[in-house]
Amino acid sequence: MRHIKQFGIILGVSFIGEVLKYFIHLPIPASIYGLVIMLLLLITKVVSIEQVKDTGSYLIEIMPVMFIPAAVGLITMWNELKALWLPLFVITVVTTVIVMAVAGRVTQFIIRMEKRQKE
Amino acid sequence: MRELLCNSTYFGVLISLIGYGLGVVLKRKFKKAIFNPLLVSIIFVIAALLVLGVDYESYNNSAKYLSYLLTPATVCLAIPLYQQLELLKGNYKAILGGIVSGALASFISVFALAKLFNLTHQQYVTLLPKSITTAIGMGVSQELGGIVTITVAVIIITGVLGNIMAEFVCKLFRIKEPVAKGIALGTSSHAIGTVKAMEIGEVEGAMSSLAIAVTGLVTVLGASFFANLM
Repeated sequence: MRHIKQFGIILGVSFIGEVLKYFIHLPIPASIYGLVIMLLLLITKVVSIEQVKDTGSYLIEIMPVMFIPAAVGLITMWNELKALWLPLFVITVVTTVIVMAVAGRVTQFIIRMEKRQKE
Repeated sequence: MRELLCNSTYFGVLISLIGYGLGVVLKRKFKKAIFNPLLVSIIFVIAALLVLGVDYESYNNSAKYLSYLLTPATVCLAIPLYQQLELLKGNYKAILGGIVSGALASFISVFALAKLFNLTHQQYVTLLPKSITTAIGMGVSQELGGIVTITVAVIIITGVLGNIMAEFVCKLFRIKEPVAKGIALGTSSHAIGTVKAMEIGEVEGAMSSLAIAVTGLVTVLGASFFANLM
């Protein structure tokens, strides 16, 4: 029964996400609305962490395999990609490294600066 | 046999799980970033489909049940985020600063490389939303007049690359603070990077989850400005 209730709450929030996506015409997926709503429900204590934790941890644990179908789907796009594959690949690798480095370094810089100010 | 595999409800999910399991075993044995379980599973499934003569559509008729869980799983990312709420409040300036700089770095580096490779305006705007979660990226690409299927491909490749390179990049650039690692992953490689952040640690996972949503928002706001530059 515990898992039925937990899965029910999670799917309920996913459904509310879908409803919002239907009415709000922005390129924001149901999952992001759902994430924000779940966070608000937890903050306002409408839903307690115990009410979603077990099923939530399970879903997060198996999340990596959920990306396999979409990634395998890249084979069906090969015809569109092949003319451009080299620049696309170089741009993707280089920009991903740059973004990761910049976002991480800036965050770290500000954290350490604030720590120093406190001391 | 082929017909059986093509019509099976479980075959697609099963080979996906086997591929992932194989990746986990290889990773444990060789301890090399290239044996990334996600990468191994993708290559394994593609190879299996080609060898067995199963087309993508038949595979996906089964494997779509894995994708089905993606929305509820993303909703659940709010749970670790909630558990780290105090940390989030205490570091909000650093977190926002990191995400906004990351999103700007994405726009600027895509712009510079698009110039370098002499890409057309359409190809350039196709790549602008490459660091954000697929559904938002598709919307942005469409709005800017990009080629949506290529945007989707590049977003997925970005995620997988981010997942593979995360530990290496953090080491190379000496990103050591758990909060900073999480923001780096979520800002650069959305949910697929977040999966890696979850493996690294709870704080990393929570911060990465937050970065998916905020980076998406910042990119929606900034993309049209950068689209007009070329």
